[in-house]
Order: sequence, then C-alpha cells, then structure tokens
Amino acid sequence: MGYWKAFVIGRIARLALVLAGVAAVAFILAKFSPVDPINAYLGPDIARVGPEQRALIAEKWGLDQPLSVQFTKWLASLLSGDLGWSITYNSSVADVISERFRSSVVLMGLAWAFSGLIGFSLGIWAGAHPGSWTDRIIRLYSYVLAAAPTFWIAILLLIVFSVGLRWTPVCCAGPIGVLPEDVTALQKLHHLLLPLVTLSVLGVAQIALHTRVKMIEIMQSDFVLYAKAQGGTPLDIVLRHGVRNAALPAVTVLFASLGELFGGSILAETVFSYPGLGSATIESGIRGDVPLLLAIAILTAFFVSAGNTIADVLYHVADPRIAPERRMRGAE
Amino acid sequence: MTIAFEKSAEAPSINNAGLVLGGFSIAVLLLAAVTLGAWLMGASGLLSDFQARLQPPSSSHLFGTDMLGRDMLARTIKGLALSLRIGFLAAGISVIIATGLAILAASGSRMADAAVSLVVDMTMGLPHLVLLILISFALGGGTTAVVIAVAVTHWPRLTRILRAEILQLQAAEYVTVSRNFGKSRWYIARHHFLPHLVPQMIVGFVLLFPHAILHEAGLTFLGFGIEPSKPAIGILLSESMRYLMAGKWWLGCFPGLMLLIAVLCFDFIGNGLRTLTDPRGSQQ
Repeated sequence: MGYWKAFVIGRIARLALVLAGVAAVAFILAKFSPVDPINAYLGPDIARVGPEQRALIAEKWGLDQPLSVQFTKWLASLLSGDLGWSITYNSSVADVISERFRSSVVLMGLAWAFSGLIGFSLGIWAGAHPGSWTDRIIRLYSYVLAAAPTFWIAILLLIVFSVGLRWTPVCCAGPIGVLPEDVTALQKLHHLLLPLVTLSVLGVAQIALHTRVKMIEIMQSDFVLYAKAQGGTPLDIVLRHGVRNAALPAVTVLFASLGELFGGSILAETVFSYPGLGSATIESGIRGDVPLLLAIAILTAFFVSAGNTIADVLYHVADPRIAPERRMRGAE
Repeated sequence: MTIAFEKSAEAPSINNAGLVLGGFSIAVLLLAAVTLGAWLMGASGLLSDFQARLQPPSSSHLFGTDMLGRDMLARTIKGLALSLRIGFLAAGISVIIATGLAILAASGSRMADAAVSLVVDMTMGLPHLVLLILISFALGGGTTAVVIAVAVTHWPRLTRILRAEILQLQAAEYVTVSRNFGKSRWYIARHHFLPHLVPQMIVGFVLLFPHAILHEAGLTFLGFGIEPSKPAIGILLSESMRYLMAGKWWLGCFPGLMLLIAVLCFDFIGNGLRTLTDPRGSQQ
C-alpha cells in the first residue's frame, strides 16, 4: 500500500510542477505577443490618448516593470484567487469563467458520458464479433470520424438539421430575445442538442476503436477459452469477462481524451455560437484579452493534466506489472 | 482529431501488402493531382465573376460558386494545396524536434531525460487548440505563425516512441561494443541510433501530416491562422458560415469533404507504411 501512496503522491507533485510550467510558458507567450495590451484596452479611444497618459496606464498596470516582477505579481494574485479583469466582457475574469464554465460543463460532461457509453458499447460489440458486417460498419465509422474535422461535422449538422429540416435552432443557448433567466430547461436542451451530438459523434470513434482492440485481445485470452470450455454462452462470456476487463482501459482513454474534448468544444461552440468557455477562449484571443486567455489556459491545463494523471494512475491499476520506475524510464 | 500511431492495432489492420500498395498509389496520385492542379491553375481559377454569384453545383462549376462568383472547386484545390504545404513544413519540423529531443532524452544525462519528459507532459497537458491559439497569439497570426504553432505542438507522442526505441537500442551488442571502443554518446547517437530511427521518423511524419492539416484548418477557421485573403480550407469554411442560413450548403459541404479525403489518404499511407515496416506485422 505504501508503494501506491508514494506513486500517487509523486504523480500529484508532478501535476503541480506541470501546471507551474504551463503558467510560466503561457505568461511568456502572452508577453511575447505583438498585441499591445494598452491598445487592446483602449480600443477606438486610442486616438484620444497621448503618450503621457499611456505611460500612466503602463505604470498603473505595472507594465513598466521587468518581466520577472510582472510574472511574480501575476502568479501571486492568481494564487490568492484574483484572476484579473476581462476587458472583453467588462467584468472580473472569475465571474466570466464561472458563468461560461456552467454552460460548457453541461455540454462537455454530457458529450463525455455519451462518447464513453456509446463508444464502449460499440467497441464491445465490434470486438466480440470481429470480421462481422456490424464490426466493419463500426470500424469504418470510427476510422472516418477519427479523421474528420470537428468544425466541418458541426457545419454539416447545421446544414442538415437547422437549415434543411429546421428541427434545431441555428445558434446560441436560448431563443433570441429571451432573457437568459427566462429560458426553460427544454429550450436549453433544444439548443444544446447539436453541439452535443457533434462532440459525441466524434468522441465515440476513439473509444470504440480502442475498446474493440482490447476486446479482441480479451476474447483470445486463456480465461475466455476456459469459460467457453465450461459451457459459458457467448453473452455470458462477453458480459462477465469481456466488459469487466475492457472497462478500465476504456475509462483510461476517456480521461486521457479531455484535451481533445475541450478542443472540440471550442470549435463546436464557435460554429453554433454557444456561449461557453470555448467561445470565450476565441473572443479573448481575438481581442487580446490577456487575463482571460491566461486564466482559461491554466484552467484547461488543470483539467487536461489532471485527466492525464488519472489516466496514468489507472493505467497502473489496470496493469500492475508496469512498475512506475520502469515506466518513467520509458518502457511504454 | 485523434493521434493513434502508438497503438498499431487501433487502425484497421491492412496486412495485405498488395492492398497497401494499391491504396498507397491511389492516395499518392490523388495528392499529386491536387498539388499539380493548383500549380497549373495559377491564379486563373480564382477570378471573380459577378454574373455567377452563389451558383449551386452544376456541370460548369462542380462545387458551385461563392459570393464573389469564384469557382469553389478551384478554391478548394488551392486551399488543399496550401494545407499540404503547411502540413509538410509543420510535420517536418515536428519530426526534427521529436528526434532531437528523443536522442537528448535517451542518451543524455538523467537530468536531460527528466527535463524532456516534463516538457512532454506540459505540452500534452494543455488542450492542443488552446496551445495553438496561445502560440498564434504570441506570434501575431499569419501563415508562419500557423506553421510554427502546429510544429511545436505535435512532437510529444513521436518523441516518446523514438525515445523508447533508443532505450531498446542501448542494450544492443553493437552499441555496447562501440561504447567499449570509447566512442562518445553523440557519436553513437549519430552513427548507430539515427539511422535506425529513420523508418520510424518517416512513418511518424506521414502520420503527423493529417493532424497538422486538421489543426491548421481548425486554427484558421477560428480566425487565428492564415490571412483571410488566401484560399485556405479553414477560411472557405468560415466564410461559408455566413451563407449557410440562406441555404448555400455547397459552400460548407465540399471543402470539408475534400479535407476529410486528404486526411484519410495520409492516414492510409501512414498505416500502410507502418504495417510494411513493422517487423511484427511481417508474418502475414
């Protein structure tokens, strides 16, 4: 037990190190940008501000200090919970993120769950009957969808269901002209539908392919052979031996795919103008809203790195033969 | 958008060498046709014709025309050729970074190994697209920024694969002999490891290609990539968004379809190459 404890603690320490590194790199990248923060702040008022006033703004913001001082200050206020002010949305970054996060987390959480459940079921089915026509269809689907551009799938769905069939709304998280407070749960679901389908349809592919391979491996193993010899029915074998053994690897892949999920949601939210974290990322990047962009980068890095760490730990739980020392020295 | 080249069994197993070669040649022909077509066409295909604005697909304009009356087929081919060029550069740089870091990690000191592994974790710890946006933001957008952004985000997985490969080679007898002769680490890396890695590098390059293209298109679509004046697939699709509500479906449908086909071609070539070069697959 001491071994596991040390391993997990080591992984968490590493997670903290990675996050600190990401914060530093993201800060340097933002500083490196040719987008001048004062110009971005002033916007159209730029013509009315003289050099003295610019110098005053720079001084107030601490832009005249060396990079290391700026970074320390930023990191200190970040750790104390002050994320700064977003000029794009004219409110504090923490408020913007918590509001955006609430609409995104529903979308991404549901897409994550659906990709996992449907992908896993398809993978089990395909892997239990390798070579059958259902297996071929599932494989073809997964293979093509794994190569498809997310935003194009979103555009296709928009063309078919919103423009062609008029079943789903074209944009946003609620009907136009209705206050966000007055949008009913059903309307929310209606607007969520297409982005959700986009992300799920794509997420299914990877899990299905991965589970299928695992399942074929399991069906060729000795314990399945013995189960067959004992007279187990195919359904029995798939449920008792296949699903149980394939579940952990699938969950591992699911945790490791959080980065792809977030990337996909940026694209899907842009196509459907869904007001989530993804569209806030784009807005902050285009308008040079550095505090918001940095905060989102660190938040997503936290989720994705935590997902990677969980996947890594699960990987060892699934296969205790891989000792951490060996793995860290590269026997992957 | 998933990278799958470390799990060889995930993609459909193409074990028949004849099938691989057949598909391979079709894919190569298709890609050559796109490049050559764009080159031969010059700027002639991109002229506007205000008499023929927003025409649906017909025999004279197979993919229809856009809001300025430009032929969508010509623009799509131009866009694909641009994508291929950018993908080629970005994937190439990525492979060079991956090889360099893998050699550094596997034959350098323990410190170097730990540092490389930390950078790998950091790069994989951010969503690809967020990192791409950050880098493109830092460089101020444009084609060069896209190439650099895509190149510096796609190397981690290949680095891990190459590093594991080198660690296996470390135990090989000829490496031990070379070491006992007093050859330096870098001599061994250059003369024994690098030649051995070439097949892996080529396969890695071909399999990185589709991801580079997809991420370039995504980044451009979001407005962080190639300048809007150029006919890139991402630009074509983001322009199409404004006309979809008016029922101009062909603007959004065909460029993406062609991108998908190009990506599948590269995937097929890459998986075919891997099957052919993988010694474990040779018993078939």
